[in-house]
Amino acid sequence: MDEEARSAVETLLGQVQAYREGAARLKDMLLANLVMVGEIPAATCQEEKRIRFIMDRFRECELDVISTDEAHNVLSVLPGRVGKDNILVCAHIDTWYGETVDHTVRVGTESIGGAGIADNSLGVAVLCTLPTILQELKVSFDANLILMGASQSLGRGNLQGIEFFLDHHPGAIRAGVCVEGVDLGRLSYRAIGMLRGEIIGRTVPNGVGNRAENRVIGALSETIRLIEEIPMPSHPPTTINLGSVHAGDSFYQPVEEGSVKFEIRSAMKGMVPKLQLRLEEIVSRVTLERELELELEVIARRRNGGLEFEHPLPAFTRSVMKQLGVRPLVRPSVGELSSLIARNIPGVTLGITERTRGVEAREAVRIEPMFAGIAQLVAMLQAIDFGICDGDNE
Amino acid sequence: MATTNDGWLDANTFHHSAFWDLLKLIELKEQKNLTISLCIPTLNEANTIGKEIVIFKSELMTRYPLLDEIAVIDSGSTDKTREVAASFGADVYLDEEILPEKGNKRGKGENLWKAIYQLKGDIIVYVDADIKNIHPRFVYGLVGPLIYNDETHYVKAFYDRPLAYSQGIRPSGGGRVTEILVRPLFSLFFPELSAVIQPLSGEYAVRRQVLERIAFPIGYGVETAHLLDVYRQWGMSAFAQTDLDRRVHRNQTTVALGRMSFGILQTFLVRLQKFGIINDLAEINRIYRHFEAQDRKYRLNEKSIQEEERPPMIEIAAYREKFAVDA
Repeated sequence: MDEEARSAVETLLGQVQAYREGAARLKDMLLANLVMVGEIPAATCQEEKRIRFIMDRFRECELDVISTDEAHNVLSVLPGRVGKDNILVCAHIDTWYGETVDHTVRVGTESIGGAGIADNSLGVAVLCTLPTILQELKVSFDANLILMGASQSLGRGNLQGIEFFLDHHPGAIRAGVCVEGVDLGRLSYRAIGMLRGEIIGRTVPNGVGNRAENRVIGALSETIRLIEEIPMPSHPPTTINLGSVHAGDSFYQPVEEGSVKFEIRSAMKGMVPKLQLRLEEIVSRVTLERELELELEVIARRRNGGLEFEHPLPAFTRSVMKQLGVRPLVRPSVGELSSLIARNIPGVTLGITERTRGVEAREAVRIEPMFAGIAQLVAMLQAIDFGICDGDNE
Repeated sequence: MATTNDGWLDANTFHHSAFWDLLKLIELKEQKNLTISLCIPTLNEANTIGKEIVIFKSELMTRYPLLDEIAVIDSGSTDKTREVAASFGADVYLDEEILPEKGNKRGKGENLWKAIYQLKGDIIVYVDADIKNIHPRFVYGLVGPLIYNDETHYVKAFYDRPLAYSQGIRPSGGGRVTEILVRPLFSLFFPELSAVIQPLSGEYAVRRQVLERIAFPIGYGVETAHLLDVYRQWGMSAFAQTDLDRRVHRNQTTVALGRMSFGILQTFLVRLQKFGIINDLAEINRIYRHFEAQDRKYRLNEKSIQEEERPPMIEIAAYREKFAVDA
């Protein structure tokens, strides 16, 4: 970054308060987008209606280039003054909630709540409102700004949307900013090693495993016990979380199939493959001892990596947050950022607002902090445009 | 078998999607020099009012300037309805502060009537505040027929979104009170009006010239009275109806529906007599009675339901002065 660019980046810090005020002037539009996005169910791989809504919003912003791709990402481009390369802003469009869940959004004076509001309807609403926000703030870029609603991100989606985009986009991506609804202050610039999978137990047709009714449940219980006995290093943090156990639906019917879903996370390089090996050993052992079929299916995998603490991009993000009175919450990512990191594209994940503190049945977020969240996003995009990451991915 | 209503139904029944082109709608509205006000009558609607204001203000004022005014007319909510509505930029009025010299009566019809005085639009759209799945279509679907067709004066909402039906023809219509009370009454006395699919829906858009010339029952009978009075004065061609797909709202108990039916029936009978359709109607009782039981003990509950009416606004001198119109 040359001296002129460095000076331009420093000037940005003096503008973030004005950006916050400018974003607040578009409160109605942001909240309306949030309500409308939030009330469209978009479980992973069922994002069509949300895609149509986002495309309509982009069209209404009079953006010329609007498209979807084979992986059902929705994309638009704000052409840059020079247009030599691209900056990516992405928000995943899928949520954890299907059609059968009540998607009514509740709007209060201080907060807004509903299924999937924080993860990630708010990120999508910011993406939809961003062209208008930039216009309001009179901010434009030398680079093209690619706005991307990333599909098939969560769970079994396994980041298929962004993976497809990054594999097939013809132009250079200078850097990326991933937008999540929460938490304001979130600063992710490293991907954590992660492996997400499912251990499935089944009785063997006509096999000895069918003798006793509780074979599957017993085998899964034994598997869980053995997993819990695996010694974990305390530093850097390493965990195996069990997120779901399912077997059977009645009081007395023999169970023919059951499963345990798990996620391994570790910041220690090489630790995730080691733990995967341990789980595979446990699965083999229980299979033999319990005389039934047990298999381990890997659903998603992320590799460790990313930017260093001192890198100008996270360093500037911390300065922007300080300017806005926001406390940074540094945490590794397993989301879209890890796809950028895997391709040596510098990037960060930012959160837009705070969760409400209280007894909300579903996700609810605070309205007021959203404008600080948007201000930091705009400042980060400008800093990237001024060249804060230059030299990283050449 | 064809009915006399088939022609009207075909020509005057729309789906909201016919009016999705808001830019075109706004262009026509401006050509015709029309102003449109949205009125949301409220009583303790703090949970849903914020969302309605946010959606309508952003989508139909800021993004597409279809509405010139968004007003909440409140009947004295004890929750934060007025505070929430004002915080999102609606004009908020307490009904008792509008035309205070005319006193104040309790009931949704009172708010609707006072809105005619308070709001400035050539068209007023009324939308209830308890709609959970609010969407801009609740407004543009109703004003669309008025903007496109100068002969249409009163547009009523209906909601028809079948989830699954195996045959080609399916029943379609309103709620329990509509199907058990209002539709049989219309079929008996005003068969043409039975073409209105949901006569009791709380969402409608009306031209001021019509609103100012019809009476307003302050309670349950206001929608029924409107249909009868507009039909009487302007005929069936004044009406249109728009399918708004689906409306998610609170369900009412059977007892509440009984009270509603009692009010509607009063309004209906009064009009039958006024129109000379029935004569010598005995003094009708205004006490609604229903039973409650505990074990083998039965108790008769009584509730006074007086369907009072406000006169046509044009008869109010302050209104004529404000809007410079003659009676």
